[in-house]
Amino acid sequence: MPKASRILSYFEALNEATVQVMENDPSVFLFGLDVDDHLGINGTTLGLSQRFGEGRVFGTPLSEDAMTGIAIGSAMAGQRPIHVHIRMDFLMLCMNQLINVAAKAHYMYGGTVKVPMVVRSIIGKSWGQGAQHSQGLHSLFMHVPGLKVLAPSNAYDAKGCLIEAVEDDNPVIFVEHRLLYGTKAEVPEEVYRVPFGKAKVVCEGNDVTIVGISNMVVECLRANKILEGVGISSEIIDPVSLMPLDLKTIAASVKKTGHLIVVDNGWTACGASAEIVASVSELLGDRLIKTTRLGYQPTTCPTSPVLEKVFYPNPVTIAEKTFSMVKPGSPEWHPSPELAELAYQTEFKGPF
Amino acid sequence: MEETSLAARLYRSQKLIRRAEEEIARIYPTDKIKSPVHLSIGQEAAAAGVCEALQPEDIVSITYRGHAGYIAKGAPLKKMFAELFGKSLGCAAGKGGSMHLVSMQDGVLGASAVVGTTIPVAAGVALALKQRQEKRVVVCFLGDGATEEGVFCETINFAVLKRLPILFVCENNGFAIHSPLSKRWSTLDLLSRVKTFGLSCHDVPDGNPFVVYQEAAKAVMDIRRGGVPGFLNVAVYRWKQHVGPGEDFHVGYRDQAEYKRWVKRDPIELVGKTLSEKTRNVIDNEVEEKIAAAIKFAEDAPWPNQLETFSQVYA
Repeated sequence: MPKASRILSYFEALNEATVQVMENDPSVFLFGLDVDDHLGINGTTLGLSQRFGEGRVFGTPLSEDAMTGIAIGSAMAGQRPIHVHIRMDFLMLCMNQLINVAAKAHYMYGGTVKVPMVVRSIIGKSWGQGAQHSQGLHSLFMHVPGLKVLAPSNAYDAKGCLIEAVEDDNPVIFVEHRLLYGTKAEVPEEVYRVPFGKAKVVCEGNDVTIVGISNMVVECLRANKILEGVGISSEIIDPVSLMPLDLKTIAASVKKTGHLIVVDNGWTACGASAEIVASVSELLGDRLIKTTRLGYQPTTCPTSPVLEKVFYPNPVTIAEKTFSMVKPGSPEWHPSPELAELAYQTEFKGPF
Repeated sequence: MEETSLAARLYRSQKLIRRAEEEIARIYPTDKIKSPVHLSIGQEAAAAGVCEALQPEDIVSITYRGHAGYIAKGAPLKKMFAELFGKSLGCAAGKGGSMHLVSMQDGVLGASAVVGTTIPVAAGVALALKQRQEKRVVVCFLGDGATEEGVFCETINFAVLKRLPILFVCENNGFAIHSPLSKRWSTLDLLSRVKTFGLSCHDVPDGNPFVVYQEAAKAVMDIRRGGVPGFLNVAVYRWKQHVGPGEDFHVGYRDQAEYKRWVKRDPIELVGKTLSEKTRNVIDNEVEEKIAAAIKFAEDAPWPNQLETFSQVYA
């Protein structure tokens, strides 16, 4: 008999997934700076070192480059490491190992090795996190064959994706978002998997397809409500997995709506949004569709709340951009700026 | 039986490396090998001496100048030549080439063309062995240039911190491509630097293969008994150019007199002269047969199917 679902936060779902994979498979271990401290990476690793011992859950020196190589080597030798980074920005210190070794080893060594590892990292938007604590850099990893990239937007997907990622035989970049940690969803107690390469239609609609990435799914859903007020029915799609990417589901929706807007939690240039728009256009061939994108402004992320507000897409900018694409030539429309408040701003407080 | 003595084993291993690479240099101008080759001719003592101290189940991590380590650990020569020829029966199925030799079943981790990247990967393998309480040891070959990469210090710190079963072996040939140590190191005392991390240090300043073996054997024994990770510095000299089959004394970045001094203490002759001529002949013939068979294997091996381009991107 299946166990009951409960309402869990995103961070609790990640913690539970980790406990379950570690209980099921002794080759799984988890490491990274401060995974064993009193904060436990926003609660996601809390209690794990006590439960599994410091041989399987341990903090590391500030040596991201070497620690990534350690993860790769242990994976080649049959272990299944989960390497955790409190900010995605720190992955820049891991790039040589991730791009030159992890992504390529299976291919470059003629299929004689596998690198089953998960790299968890958190995008740290808001509260003045600024230039080097807030970046969504998932697009960099989508560029390189051999890596898988996941960006679950809710607690249910977070648990299922993490289990799937740990059991996968490839290096997986697991993109989390700090502002999602407190969001809640129904999460089954039992072990389950959310498959890679399967997008979710979060909300059905007829006039426009809106693809939201990571926590932008939350903002797109709020834009969806604003758009309802002006008679625009939007279909919201969450790709969940960015590589592999489920273009079929997105293209099928765009075929129906004729309009595509991709809202990314990252820059648009050479980004996930560019990739999705280009690929959908190619897939739909001669069919006339309208496309556009929204993402970070093409600047570095500022810290002042006034400037930060301009930097990120929000429900109002998403709705306005959608409106002007779906109803070109209509008089300008500006929803109430109060609706532009991002979802977290009602609940999130500092210091960190 | 002299042919199974330590000297004979060191002679056989070094000779196989030397002659295989001389054949690579001979074949190279025909363009049958379309992969940049970094030869270890002159440096054989490091790989041969260290691998002689290992068990078959132990693991080595090699560098892009890795033919020597691959051969010394006992990985199949046929598959190495097939890999250089870009054939489907190569050790990396024609997808790796000379700089990415690998043979997991023989305990040879894949090599990397990006200097130093294999160092933490080797330590990761050692961590896995420790977690599973296996008694095997990892040897991580690296060059003097790799000690300048940040990841080297990061890794040796972690290796000692976690007491990983690993021996780092520096094949110190004194040059990073064409740059000598004097242009790269604030102090030439590498071992003092390394010692501060708590590694057990060993030095073979003249590259004598017997001494390399002895020092490696001591270090490996100690590590197997649960001692701290080791670091073995082996002075060697690269006779050929950094990459390619030729010599490079005419370009002027190094002194030919130094080369001549090293040739005088050729590690193969040094071992060979302790053996009888008869034993040397037996081994030499064995080596030649093995190489001829490997080259024929590579010549005859089929090309990969072009569809293989798309396989193995993901496991």
